[in-house]
Amino acid sequence: MSHVDQELRPPLVLGDKSLGDITDDIAAPMAATPSTLWWVGFGIAFSALVLGVVAVSYQIAVGIGTWGLNRTVGWAFDITNFVFWVGIGHAGTLISAVLFLFRQKWRTAVNRSAEAMTIFAVMCAGIFPLIHMGRPWLFFWTLPYPNYRGPLWVNFKSPLLWDVFAISTYLLISAVFWYVGLIPDLATMRDRTQPGLKRSIFSFLSLGWNGSARTWHHYETVYMLLAGLATPLVFSVHTIVSMDFATAVIPGWHTTIFPPYFVAGAIFSGLAMVLTLMLIARKTMRLEDYITVSHVDRMCKLMLAMGCIVGLAYCTEFFIAAYSGNAYEQFLFRNRALGPFSWAFLTMFSCNVIIPQVLWFRAVRRNLFAVFAVAIVVNIGMWFERFVIIVTSLHRDFLPSSWSYYIPTSIEVATLIGSFGLFFTCFLLFCRVAPAIAMAEVKGVAQVKKPESLRIPQPEEAVA
Amino acid sequence: MSSRQLIFASFAHEEDLLEGIRALRRADVKIVDAFTPYAVHGLDRAMGLRPSPLTWVCFVCAMTGVLFALWFEHWSLAVSWPINVGGKPWNSLPSDVPIGFEMAVLLGGFGSVFALLGLCRLFPGKRARLATPRVTNDRFVVVIEETDAVTTPDFVHALLEPHGVVEFEERLAEEKVPW
Repeated sequence: MSHVDQELRPPLVLGDKSLGDITDDIAAPMAATPSTLWWVGFGIAFSALVLGVVAVSYQIAVGIGTWGLNRTVGWAFDITNFVFWVGIGHAGTLISAVLFLFRQKWRTAVNRSAEAMTIFAVMCAGIFPLIHMGRPWLFFWTLPYPNYRGPLWVNFKSPLLWDVFAISTYLLISAVFWYVGLIPDLATMRDRTQPGLKRSIFSFLSLGWNGSARTWHHYETVYMLLAGLATPLVFSVHTIVSMDFATAVIPGWHTTIFPPYFVAGAIFSGLAMVLTLMLIARKTMRLEDYITVSHVDRMCKLMLAMGCIVGLAYCTEFFIAAYSGNAYEQFLFRNRALGPFSWAFLTMFSCNVIIPQVLWFRAVRRNLFAVFAVAIVVNIGMWFERFVIIVTSLHRDFLPSSWSYYIPTSIEVATLIGSFGLFFTCFLLFCRVAPAIAMAEVKGVAQVKKPESLRIPQPEEAVA
Repeated sequence: MSSRQLIFASFAHEEDLLEGIRALRRADVKIVDAFTPYAVHGLDRAMGLRPSPLTWVCFVCAMTGVLFALWFEHWSLAVSWPINVGGKPWNSLPSDVPIGFEMAVLLGGFGSVFALLGLCRLFPGKRARLATPRVTNDRFVVVIEETDAVTTPDFVHALLEPHGVVEFEERLAEEKVPW
């Protein structure tokens, strides 16, 4: 009966394309010279990256005393950025793996770029714990390798070490998932490129793919397995990130709601970032027939659902603080909402909970400017969520004489800008060198029909 | 027999390919392989392919990962250099679980991908043998072997004619070529 359902739904690809048209449309932006808009974007992103490189180099040379951290606030901007970027990555895995398992065919329009976004976001995230080490050249001390200091092994009971394993696994599995998905498309690019260096590179990377049914059969199995592995992986990664906080005995961090709250928040922020990028990409690369308004509509519904879960989590935290009867917990939450950082709390709450409610309206979900604005607002709000969790929980600790305020230094701000620079530089380059939409997957769901006169009734149709 | 007589029949639509393959199988013609630009649903069943064994490879690799991680975590922190962390017991299994899980995913994922590449003989720099250059774009090809006197090109063409075959070609392939 699934066949009948598909007939009732609007097509996923507009414009009555043939298979060849799909290849041409998606491959066209890669062959054309970059537009002025692309160069402007690349110029800004690359400048931000250079600024970040300068800031990080200075900070490594001088030490993390260049940051605004103090006796009470030991984690602030850097860990906020880390959690923010890890979260951004999660939507990519949600779209590529979770929606694949749920047979959501519309994912094919966005999964390739969402997966690329995951990899770049996790790369950005990885920088922050590394530079927070102060001596990043000794990063290999986080790995359990035989050494002459005992051998002294790493502390496997620490959530910070779980994070090392979770983030590395996440980066590697995301990269493999992305590459496996790219192989058939690289083969398509190989077969439509004139002989030369470009073709040799596509040929090398496409591993001799020839579209054999036997290969597809095994390939589909492996794709399903990777999706099945990546789904619990994505939940585990942000669960472990949340345990960096939840296992500490700090009021505001020490709570059991953190794992689901962090996972929902991560997917929420990631969807906002996917929407931001997709709305830009569909316009600049003329992919309006593939990333349709109805794709944006569905993404908005997902984002709204996640935003409501996040809003519920915020309220639950306050309720539990009030209900627990714990004086420290109650003080912390009163301080979070009304204390010196109330401006950050209000930014977070309005950006993540109040403003996204406009997505209940279909007219808003189908107005791309409105969606873009909401996505940017959610990006900002989710960055502030991590800032609020980290800084407001720390700045007034158990000893009032050590209470302090936190102001980031220019180096910290430049590092944050630099991470955005790295992210967008990578993404813009990706759009130039690889098909931004999974051609082989889109063709599978495009329902390319042959003219009615040539069709032979199929057995299942005859029954229906 | 040092060479094989092969027939390459191309289609423009996935439904044609599926119907063509069903017709060939009903007539007991030996299908060497089919080539498609995307994963065609139902093609594995139409061709009678057995379920991929890669799920087992994944299971074994993932189990190896989790068992090795749990053993190593226990051995390093309880046997090789015991460390007292917050008074937790040496062999506190719950704190070993997250890394055990991550290692299961890592090995399971990499194991199944490398098994896929090995099984399908895909490797960097391999020269692709294409049934037709358009097979990665918009053509569906089925390759048939002329095993006996009955499977003549005329016979096969007659079978595929009603299913909209767009190109039909007979080629001589060397024995060592996999298709």
